[in-house]
Amino acid sequence: MIPLLDVRDLTVELATESGAVRPVNGVSFQVATGEAVGLVGESGSGKTMLGLGLLGLVPAGARRRGVARLASRNGGPPVDLVQLGDRALEAIRGREIGMVFQEPMTALNPVMRVGAQVTEALRVHEPGLGAGELQRRTLEALDRAAVPDPRLRSRQFPHQLSGGLRQRVMIAMALAAGPRLLIADEPTTALDVTVQQQIVELLARLQRESNLALLFISHDLAVVAQLAGRLLVMYAGRIVEQGPAREVMERPAHPYTEGLLRAVPQKGKKLVPIPGSVPQPDALPPGCPFEPRCPYRRAECSLAMPEERSAGPEHFARCILVR
Amino acid sequence: MANDSLLLEARQLRKTFLLPDGSRIRAVDGVDFPLREGETLAVVGESGCGKTTLARLLVRLETPDGGTVSFLGCNWLGARRSQLRRLRREMQMIFQDPYGSLDPRQRIGSAIGEPLAIHEPGLKRDERRARLEEAIAAVGLGREVLDRFPHEFSGGQRQRVAIARALVLRPKLVVADEPVSALDPSIGAQILDLLAQLQSRYGLTYFFISHSLPVVAQLATRIAVMREGRFVEIGDTAQILTHPAHPYTKTLLEAVPELPVTPGSFHAD
Repeated sequence: MIPLLDVRDLTVELATESGAVRPVNGVSFQVATGEAVGLVGESGSGKTMLGLGLLGLVPAGARRRGVARLASRNGGPPVDLVQLGDRALEAIRGREIGMVFQEPMTALNPVMRVGAQVTEALRVHEPGLGAGELQRRTLEALDRAAVPDPRLRSRQFPHQLSGGLRQRVMIAMALAAGPRLLIADEPTTALDVTVQQQIVELLARLQRESNLALLFISHDLAVVAQLAGRLLVMYAGRIVEQGPAREVMERPAHPYTEGLLRAVPQKGKKLVPIPGSVPQPDALPPGCPFEPRCPYRRAECSLAMPEERSAGPEHFARCILVR
Repeated sequence: MANDSLLLEARQLRKTFLLPDGSRIRAVDGVDFPLREGETLAVVGESGCGKTTLARLLVRLETPDGGTVSFLGCNWLGARRSQLRRLRREMQMIFQDPYGSLDPRQRIGSAIGEPLAIHEPGLKRDERRARLEEAIAAVGLGREVLDRFPHEFSGGQRQRVAIARALVLRPKLVVADEPVSALDPSIGAQILDLLAQLQSRYGLTYFFISHSLPVVAQLATRIAVMREGRFVEIGDTAQILTHPAHPYTKTLLEAVPELPVTPGSFHAD
């Protein structure tokens, strides 16, 4: 089967005063049609830059390398997102790949009615639509994102909506033009727990009902685990473990994954910290980047970046202790 | 409850804000609680419930419309001049965003030393330095950080600096407003461990504000659940977690996302 998205050796390189750094460093993974993939890791691990890197939304002067093939809609040859120019990427964003970010208040235009913003997202990709059709599709998009009373809400401004409703509007905008993949970067982090749950349920329903593929990025493993079938664990620009979500959580093959699991706030459980902090991209330790924080480290861990090793069916980890 | 262990007592605290459209919102609507020496009282609730306003009333960043707070046996809200000065150093605050609460152009040593300059201006240079080094060591950082700037630190390290600044005056009470919410759980857990360790070392009392029940459960002796300006339930931590009495407490507990499987351990060969 051809994956919807096939990423090979993706690197995002930024020029800084202290030389070139790679917030995303040789990352490979796939997302199948309709599949929900979770991308987890601490802040500074490169998760957001990976999402932005796929969409070409990298800072000025950044260089992207590697391959990110997106399957075409009608069986034609896939397009490589890394090779596409700005204009072509603009056509992909929203139309083929939707995006939702953490803080809907900053992503929405504060002086524009939310309905008009959804309409705008549609018009960009389907300039031929008439006013009536645009209006119908706008309300339909809001309704799909479970915005109650779409007709009334579409005439309101972002500040008149609660945080949860604003995030639903963002989801409506992201999905208005019918993309096949949604990249959701910390979509529930700024929300109250009770609202968080509703947004996760909405995304899970959209994924199921519309065969939408999801790349769900979050530092919160418990939230990601609610809907991801597969997990990517990122650290210092690398995917250090990937595999079926259940398998990764029950049999973590990288010490970092174990650390993340023990730190998940759960009722009646003592939170176990991971000592130290994520290294800066310009000050990576030699060898395995997690070595300085790793309770299982050995002398040879600081020699070289471990290769990806098999830890089970479809399950890989970059740790020399995996056999 | 022995009266001599009572550090602070709030009675009928109220604060109403006037909104631009002319309506009023009762942010804090008649809140009572005692705070005993050495305990951690955590206030949990969703955004807009009034918990941050309550913390700001306690540290006198806001003036209440009604109610009283006694602190160390004194009328805290009515305290003026020398009494206010004496009481204020016993109550320090930690905020959610350690970057926003530190001046980016001020060296760490100067930031931590500021409360000392205000409250203990008579300190000699070497005494002052010793106090700074003690405070920075207590939060697990080396003395070399005193000469550096906030931007050189990660979020967790900045929160350690903010804690050092709160502790340098050796206060009795620390009011912490969402001290780990902006941090990754793996790093937030470090800060929670540090707060627990400092509490037993210095006999601190904490008033801890958070939106997360599993987070406050790490530290709290008692938990108050706040909604629409009121405490809907207050009780011992274990009781709140295992036998919540109020339906809203149950809702909050049920909304905590759970891992769908029991997390396993890494097995090295």
